[in-house]
Amino acid sequence: MPTSIRNGSQIWRRRERGRQLAVWAAWFSGTLIFVYCFKLISDKTTWLFVLDAWTQTQDMAYRMVPPNWSYLNVLWRPLWDTINIATLGTVIAVIIAVPVAFLAARNTTPSVAVVRPIALLVIVSSRSINALIWALLLVAIVGPGVFAGIIAIALRSIGFVAKLLYEAIEEIDPNQVEAVAATGAGRGQVLAYGIVPQIMPAFAGITVFRWDINIRESTVVGLVGAGGIGLELSSQIMELGWSSVSIILLAIIATVVVSEWVSAKVRHAII
Amino acid sequence: MLGAAVYLALALGTTEVNWERVWEGLPRGKQFLLAFAPPDFASRGEDILDGILESLWMTAVSTVIGIMLSVPVALGAARNIAPLPVYYFCRAVIAISRSFQEVILAIFFVKLFGFGPFAGVVTLSIATVGFFAKLLAEDIEDMDASQAEAVRATGSGWFQWLNYGIQPQVMPRFIGLSLYRLDINFRESAVVGIVGGGGIGATLDTAFDRYEFDSAAAILIVIIAIVMCAEYSSSYIRRWVQ
Repeated sequence: MPTSIRNGSQIWRRRERGRQLAVWAAWFSGTLIFVYCFKLISDKTTWLFVLDAWTQTQDMAYRMVPPNWSYLNVLWRPLWDTINIATLGTVIAVIIAVPVAFLAARNTTPSVAVVRPIALLVIVSSRSINALIWALLLVAIVGPGVFAGIIAIALRSIGFVAKLLYEAIEEIDPNQVEAVAATGAGRGQVLAYGIVPQIMPAFAGITVFRWDINIRESTVVGLVGAGGIGLELSSQIMELGWSSVSIILLAIIATVVVSEWVSAKVRHAII
Repeated sequence: MLGAAVYLALALGTTEVNWERVWEGLPRGKQFLLAFAPPDFASRGEDILDGILESLWMTAVSTVIGIMLSVPVALGAARNIAPLPVYYFCRAVIAISRSFQEVILAIFFVKLFGFGPFAGVVTLSIATVGFFAKLLAEDIEDMDASQAEAVRATGSGWFQWLNYGIQPQVMPRFIGLSLYRLDINFRESAVVGIVGGGGIGATLDTAFDRYEFDSAAAILIVIIAIVMCAEYSSSYIRRWVQ
């Protein structure tokens, strides 16, 4: 037990002196970095606009309340589109992510030296580029609309699903695989009877989790023209129709809460 | 199964896809991809460096502020240590900040605080609260209650109880989550810029607007490289902590 002597009596200390100093140094350097970065940000900020924020908030609240309830009738179609973008995007992503995950997992990849790094690169590139940036690219290629949104969501989700899935594949119990192989099963049969049953719960959980995230993401791809409720949101902001904007925000909250409830139910049923 | 089939049919049936436009766009897509290669790091090199650095500052500041805001919210949102009214209030805060994508929040904060990195920092901090407080609260709920009780039994005050009974139990998760959020905040800082929140996103948006796709490709490559570095180093740090 670390102790220190003060006035001749032992006093309990939480850490040894060296460790205490290391912790203190970590806090000190962390604080320095934070303060320095904050200063750099603050140099680039027009503080006049920031100080004005409270008036702006009041102004915006005044315009947003009461919400324009009749606008809700126009919103059903974009909401349906948003849900479709999320769902179809997830379906496409899963179809592509499954083979990628098997190629990336150390124990199922055909070649650790060549195929695995390529699969990992696919995963990282898809994960590091946001759905909004994918949408920006795709709107220019396939034209504005729901289709661009679906593909953007799909491209973005491949990395996420494949990463979690290949981690699950690497954690499977090798004994079961060996047992199936020992019966004289071919490569495909080992996959179907030795590996797939073990990763099925993880697979279902990951898919539902990603669908839930995609509902959120699909609300914004419309901001750059890729369909769904984001399109309405950006057009209403352009028109300064703040009372309609508040309805859209309420609709988004409601959708997200419902999707979270659905995914919690489904995950509960699986696990 | 049947429900899924019906839904798929409905969804595919009502999704308007202008296949002609898609078909027309494919050659354009090829041109587009060709315009990306080779990536041009040099001609906008200074802007790219500026943008990346700004993104990194924003990431650091917003993660710290976000975590400072999340800790009290997480304590309030843990059912085993918070009274019921506080619990509901904190859960509502989390639900609201999780419902909105960073980009939607950014649109509003850009309106309130003006263009520039400050709006981006506020956005990312708020978004951090929804993520961090939720996961931290779940970890606090899963903790071993007997350890906290043992500390309480020594006659400790509330803060001592938090600091010696609960904090050591959630610390590994806390550090892991902070690193993960640092990584997410960097990636998100690339998009808040598109709506005016500063950082590399602003540079990227400018590159697209000027049709300088080779510079845009360079920016995307830099983002991917940094995210990859972050991913590797965070897994090392997490192993070192545990």
